[in-house]
Amino acid sequence: MKKAQPTRAIRYGELLTRGGQRLRSAMTSGWGIAWVTLFLLVPLLGIAWISFMTRGTYGEIQWPATFANYQRLLGFGVLGFDSQYPTIILRSLVLGGGATLVCLIAALPLSFFIAGQPEGRKQIALTLVVIPFWTNLLIRTYAWQILLGQDSVLARLAVGLGLAEVGRPLYPSAFAVYIGMLCAYLPFLVLPLYTAVEKLDWSIAEAAADLGANRVQVFRHAILPQLLPGMVAGILLVFIPAIGQFVIPDLLGGAKTVMLGNAIQQQFGPSRDWPFGSAIAFVGMAVVMLGLWINTRVTAAKGEEGML
Amino acid sequence: MAVAESSRPVRSERPAVEVEGLVREFGTFRALDDVSLTIREGEFFSLLGPSGCGKTTLLRIIAGLDLADGGVVRIGGVDALSIPAHKRPVNTVFQSYALFPHLSVRDNVSFGLRMKNVPAAEAGPRLQRALEMVQIQQFADRKPAQLSGGQRQRVALARALVNEPKVLLLDEPLGALDLKLRKELQVELLTLQRRLGITFIFVTHDQEEALVMSDRIALMRAGKIEQLGEADMIYERPRTRFVSQFLGSCNLFAGKAAGRDGDALVVETALGKLRAEGYGCSAEARVEFTLAIRPEKLYLTAPDSENAQGENRVPVVVKQLIYIGSETHYLLDANGHELITYAMNARVGSQGFDIGQSAVAYLPAAALVVLED
Repeated sequence: MKKAQPTRAIRYGELLTRGGQRLRSAMTSGWGIAWVTLFLLVPLLGIAWISFMTRGTYGEIQWPATFANYQRLLGFGVLGFDSQYPTIILRSLVLGGGATLVCLIAALPLSFFIAGQPEGRKQIALTLVVIPFWTNLLIRTYAWQILLGQDSVLARLAVGLGLAEVGRPLYPSAFAVYIGMLCAYLPFLVLPLYTAVEKLDWSIAEAAADLGANRVQVFRHAILPQLLPGMVAGILLVFIPAIGQFVIPDLLGGAKTVMLGNAIQQQFGPSRDWPFGSAIAFVGMAVVMLGLWINTRVTAAKGEEGML
Repeated sequence: MAVAESSRPVRSERPAVEVEGLVREFGTFRALDDVSLTIREGEFFSLLGPSGCGKTTLLRIIAGLDLADGGVVRIGGVDALSIPAHKRPVNTVFQSYALFPHLSVRDNVSFGLRMKNVPAAEAGPRLQRALEMVQIQQFADRKPAQLSGGQRQRVALARALVNEPKVLLLDEPLGALDLKLRKELQVELLTLQRRLGITFIFVTHDQEEALVMSDRIALMRAGKIEQLGEADMIYERPRTRFVSQFLGSCNLFAGKAAGRDGDALVVETALGKLRAEGYGCSAEARVEFTLAIRPEKLYLTAPDSENAQGENRVPVVVKQLIYIGSETHYLLDANGHELITYAMNARVGSQGFDIGQSAVAYLPAAALVVLED
């Protein structure tokens, strides 16, 4: 039996008619939806469409529709298999994953450290974590060039400690790239993780110890499950932008390698191959979406309370 | 209540937990001030006291969840203070239960077995027994968030008992439950303890709960043990004003020594000369006393009845009365002094005295206790 649509509803103590509800929705969330549709969804569809087009002789976008862009991206070009683009995708994933891992390793102890400080010092510590945000990314990255340069204090220290060979500078190198990434993305992981640490129910850790869990087991079974939601949020906040990052690898890695971001910029800029650039952008997005999907599946499998 | 009738099994005199000169300081605050006590094997022992008296701190030190600043704790004769919590032969039922929210009831209960790598052939039956013991088999696949307070309480109990600890520590485990459920679980907990024969150390601030459940009670105040003894002894023979007031209510009045009469002390009070038989040897050396008598041990009779004659009789006027069904509580005025008495409403119909009526209160010498402070 079909129920009649109610004509009125009470929401948080406010009596609204059906029309009033619609108007309310349109006035509040309507703007946002319109904005996202107009400036995100429509252009995105445009890019999707372009990615199936063909590049003209002078860089125009023209028919016929083709899968050639995606084939080329996967390595099946006109001249046979070429691993260049699959390598770029893989390299970006490795960089994103590596940067996330480095940030996680740094953020975990830092979050516990900050949460363990007295109230006043917590605020100072959190401000210090956020301070890098106040400086432009390019300037920060250039600063690392100087800090890691051949005659810098850090470089001499590294040589002195036997961590680096004489004459082989710390920059440009993979090490410098990860330092730059860490500097850029650490706050994104620390802030959600710190919030999770603050909310930790330590009596659960005590219960685990009481039941015979050693230090490692207490962390694994009583603390980590409580940190998981904050940790996942932080990981996504780092991983997604880190995949598309190309400024830091360029400036600190010596501009020798091409990242996903470089490739897209290359195609839309100098190469004027918008259809191929669109295809790269779309594949990058697909990878991120896949990651998000896996994440929701994993958390869903653990159950609603599983994420507590 | 069934509990009171349950026979108390014969227990060994061997100590399960020994505490000697235990001190714990938080800054300048002394949470435990030179506490010593011995808890016997198989005993239901309660740590009772108002909040902040140190009872939970003592329990946490025994569990290994807090440090001691001085003193000794032995569990089963072995020095425990240097052993980390996860290696001590005790388990705790936490006040907030502290169940693992991400684990099912089954995984919560079997947690201790997994941590100790108990082989599956043994762990399975033990888990099953623990679940059955507290009747939570049917919830085994649920998460803690899907359980009611009483069910969570049972899970916490099973999770601790599955490890077959020598001593079970319970930190106000019934505090979060409503009164009816609490009474039910009190009986259940006591029955379980009698059956398993495990030593229970039970922290509570509820004096009635402590009286109902305990073999012995340590009443704590400001980091010290005020009185330790069998539940009925603590109630019948309070040592100090604090004990007499914290456990139930009590009539207190001051008096001066006026001599001896056989086994009894004769005390001069505002109510006249009273004979008191309940006193310890420390009372003999003193001149000034506080006398205590429980309201239900004080009888009210009509001035013209034959019971109104004799020793320890005090003329009173009924100032106020509260009828509560099974009994009536009277507030009496005795020579400007207030006395409370509870009278069982055993007869049918009118129950004796009205406001403003004169009566005689009888304070039996055996029920008059001389306090130490």
